[in-house]
Amino acid sequence: MSNFRINKTNFVDQTNRISFKFDGKTFFGFKGDTLASALIANGIHLVGRSFKYHRPRGIMTCGSEEPNAICQINDKSNLTEPNVRATEIELYEGLEANSQNCWPNVKFDIGGINNLISPFIPAGFYYKTFMWPKSFWKSVYEPLIRKTAGLGKSPIKPDPEIYDHKYVHCDVLVIGGGISGIISAKLSAKNNLNTILIDDKKELGGSTIFQENEIFKINNKISKDWLINEINEIKKLKNLQIKTRTSVAAYHDYNYLLARESLSDHLSKNEKDGFVRQRLWKIRAKKVIIATGAIERPLVFNNNDRPGILLASSINKYLNYFGVTCGLKNVIFTNNDSAYEVAISLNKKGIDVKIIDIRKRSESELIKETEKLGIKIFWNSTITSTFGYRKINSIEIMSLSEDGSNVIGEKNKISCDCLGMSGGWTPMVHMHTQSGGKLNFRETDQVFLPKEFSDNRISVGSSNGHFELDEIIKLTNDTVKKFLNIQETDLDDADISCSKELEKRNIWLLPNYISIGKNKSFIDFQNDSTAKDIKLAMREGFKSIEHVKRYTTTGMATDQGKLSNMHALGIIAETAAVKMGSLGTTTFRPPFTPLTFGTIVGRSVGKFFDIVRKTPMHEWHVKNNAEFENVGQWKRAWYYPRNNENMHQSVQRESKAARDSAGILDASTLGKIDIKGSDATEFLNRVYTNAWSKLSIGKCRYGLMLNEDGMVYDDGVTTRIDENHYLMTTTTGGAANVLSKLEDYLQTEWPELDVWLTSVTDHYATASICGPNSKKILKKLFSDIEFNDQNFPHMSFKNAKIGGIDCRIMRISFTGEHSYEINIEAKYGNSLWEKCIDAGKDFNITPYGTETMHLLRAEKGFIIVGQDTDGTMTPIDLQMDWIVSKKKYDFIGKRSLYRSDTMREDRKQLVGLLTDKPNTVLEEGAQIVHEKNNKPIEMIGHVTSSYFSPNLNKSIALAVVKNGRKLKGQKLLVPMRDQTINVTVSDFIFYDKNNERLNA
Amino acid sequence: MFLINCPYCGERDQSEFSSGGEAHIERPKQPTELSDDEWADFLFMRKNIKGVQFERWNHSHGCRKWFNLIRDTSNDKIHGIYKMGEKPPKV
Repeated sequence: MSNFRINKTNFVDQTNRISFKFDGKTFFGFKGDTLASALIANGIHLVGRSFKYHRPRGIMTCGSEEPNAICQINDKSNLTEPNVRATEIELYEGLEANSQNCWPNVKFDIGGINNLISPFIPAGFYYKTFMWPKSFWKSVYEPLIRKTAGLGKSPIKPDPEIYDHKYVHCDVLVIGGGISGIISAKLSAKNNLNTILIDDKKELGGSTIFQENEIFKINNKISKDWLINEINEIKKLKNLQIKTRTSVAAYHDYNYLLARESLSDHLSKNEKDGFVRQRLWKIRAKKVIIATGAIERPLVFNNNDRPGILLASSINKYLNYFGVTCGLKNVIFTNNDSAYEVAISLNKKGIDVKIIDIRKRSESELIKETEKLGIKIFWNSTITSTFGYRKINSIEIMSLSEDGSNVIGEKNKISCDCLGMSGGWTPMVHMHTQSGGKLNFRETDQVFLPKEFSDNRISVGSSNGHFELDEIIKLTNDTVKKFLNIQETDLDDADISCSKELEKRNIWLLPNYISIGKNKSFIDFQNDSTAKDIKLAMREGFKSIEHVKRYTTTGMATDQGKLSNMHALGIIAETAAVKMGSLGTTTFRPPFTPLTFGTIVGRSVGKFFDIVRKTPMHEWHVKNNAEFENVGQWKRAWYYPRNNENMHQSVQRESKAARDSAGILDASTLGKIDIKGSDATEFLNRVYTNAWSKLSIGKCRYGLMLNEDGMVYDDGVTTRIDENHYLMTTTTGGAANVLSKLEDYLQTEWPELDVWLTSVTDHYATASICGPNSKKILKKLFSDIEFNDQNFPHMSFKNAKIGGIDCRIMRISFTGEHSYEINIEAKYGNSLWEKCIDAGKDFNITPYGTETMHLLRAEKGFIIVGQDTDGTMTPIDLQMDWIVSKKKYDFIGKRSLYRSDTMREDRKQLVGLLTDKPNTVLEEGAQIVHEKNNKPIEMIGHVTSSYFSPNLNKSIALAVVKNGRKLKGQKLLVPMRDQTINVTVSDFIFYDKNNERLNA
Repeated sequence: MFLINCPYCGERDQSEFSSGGEAHIERPKQPTELSDDEWADFLFMRKNIKGVQFERWNHSHGCRKWFNLIRDTSNDKIHGIYKMGEKPPKV
């Protein structure tokens, strides 16, 4: 047992010794320790360097508010985690942790030079200094700053751990397992409410669980013993679920909360093998009781950041919970009674302790006991400096003037190895404000408190500003009774005795004989901002707390200012001579403590990251060496390389084959909507720009759909299957949106129409066969159908059977070739595909992918919605006037085509572009200009589609160009990084202008 | 993340729904008779107020039905839900 492990407690198993490494050196601790308590037991306080000045820093707290002791945890696996608070890491065999933010090591850190030059690094230093010359920022300043700054190292390999998500519902959620949370949970569960109690520590009980002082009694039992009994009782309650090691990260609207449960972070590698690491609970609670407690405030005085300076209450927890004393010669520096409990605890264990109190005097019971024990108290005094580089070794104190604004009298030096500070308590109102609650300011002890409760959310205990034991119990009991509509409880006549705090005095920034500019009174320990920085920011004109915060970075570190925000506000209020309550607070944003990405993502990693949709022919494509393209969630065959072809070579071969003989495309992903009802025809008339009344049964028609603003939204071929039955196809990516848009109109604007829409995209597989030999292949597949132009003309459809299975054949074409699309029930898709390939063998049937499809349609000047359009193109812009019915009274978007803006002649319009050098292929997205000299040069359009056409043996492109209709034959320029390409505006149909091949 | 009581399915998480903007903007029956300004008013102008707003919502990952919802945009409190074509309740 080390010098500092002085006590046996119920919470640390001193028979179970554990070895761990810190900064490469092996130490021992016990089961039940945190990394912080084990380090302190080994006499180690120095655990890191501060962010900006690289000052030595030690463990300061025992919980999630820890600003200094943040470590890098190194597992032997791929997992390394930065910025983990040593105060929250439970010790396990084999734990390896390292200090951060120091090089070469924590004891000798080169960055420490920043501390010496700190007068030259005030708030906003980086903003002010690294402004000039501009070019230096990227090449010199930023890399340098990045190297010396930074908190820890990010992992660079995939996280090997498993994370989980779970949804739960409950009647009552209690956040916080301290005394008020335990009381609330018991009342709730005993009244038949399905209750969840959450606490971030491994055991319930908060700070009362190690409260041994006999002044604090409940029904004649020491508060700790009373509470242990309560905990044992609630553990038996059936409708109470207790979740420890679980931290509520966020409190959203309608009582939707996110909590992270650590399941195996406290286990050694062998023990946790295969376990889920952390689980994100998504909780929907009917009612929420916030019992998150309060955290102790530091005091702001010169050199208040040395290793060995802790929050007073943390010293108490290390002593009475972990059995570890933080020092052998302690000084407690306080402005309130709570720290006296710490002094009494230390004294009773035989450890030296003195008290410095900024108050003039107080006569409360705790103080009487302190005096009875003979503990020296320096009243009306403050610390003006502390000494000791790697650990505190002494302090200097002086008396305070009457109004507390100055120091007077002799300087008095006291040696010590540990200093506990207590500046009062800050209620944890994070959950309350995250849920939308407002705050009030209480002047007496300078705290922000929940302003109001709602029907489904209350705060109790010290998170609601009740700090005395009798208040906590009585008021929690009363509030919860009312909230949950409970008549009587066991606590109604509980007998509680406690010490009451009688005197209060608060000074946000303690006075000093050293000027503010020359002393180091830290406010935000993690981001190294001092009282001086706050004052400087105010002198420079920053008034709002939100601005001061960002300028000085106070409260912006990973601890989110849990310890610093109140002091920053207090000092601003004092300096500006305004009431602190009128300043408001900065926003409390989720998460309360940092979440790992793993927890947020849960199981949605790897192949579960997103849904993958595959066509029934997918395996065939894989077997035939296809490369795939993602189209929305679909995997589409992109091209089929043969013999080490690159994409260009494959596409050239495939598109030549499709025009020369036969090609086959898997078109199953096209959106398909089955439309039925007596008003189906009228419906189509209203949603498409062209007329549908005269389309006879068995015929197909291309349609263009607009948005109400007149811009092209989708296109596709629709087939009239029967009198009141159509099959609409949409673009692959647009299918879901088109369906919901059509549903919207049917349900809201035209409920009188008898029309029924069903998505059948996944129900049918589609094989599209094109090319001059397609007819011959179809003949082999369907011997009973006559494939002449009279019986089966272009843009018509027939029901057919293949192998006894029903299918639909549409003679439609997206390539300009004689072409058929065969639709069959999805489960027969692959068999249909193989039959087509088989029948096409004699004709060199060539499977082609989306890239070739794009090329073939571009040769024909067919647009792709979303590639050649971008939501700003009308059909007129696309030179598709022919499809806009003049006779129809109305259709979606019609009126917008007559707005002054859509009728402008100089809108961007679709054109073809030919490069002057036929082998030069333009880049899609490239900008188009008139000339290159008169700067600034106007951008008049951009390239939307561009390919090298093997069938024309030259480069072709589609583009949208201002006033393009009138520019045919004109020369334009496409400036690129290394050259300017000369192009000529052409017709956008490059191939087979008279559609002779459709009937070939 | 609020809860929405779909008039067809019951209470569901907000993530199942999509918002369709301001409610009770009827598509004009005779768009061609309207002036540019009148048409633009229908097409573009939305109130987007802070406070109680009448909105269209769609249970897009559920029954796919559209309905109306009265929401206070400042705190996401829902003051009423009613089907398409029904008269809004008094708030």
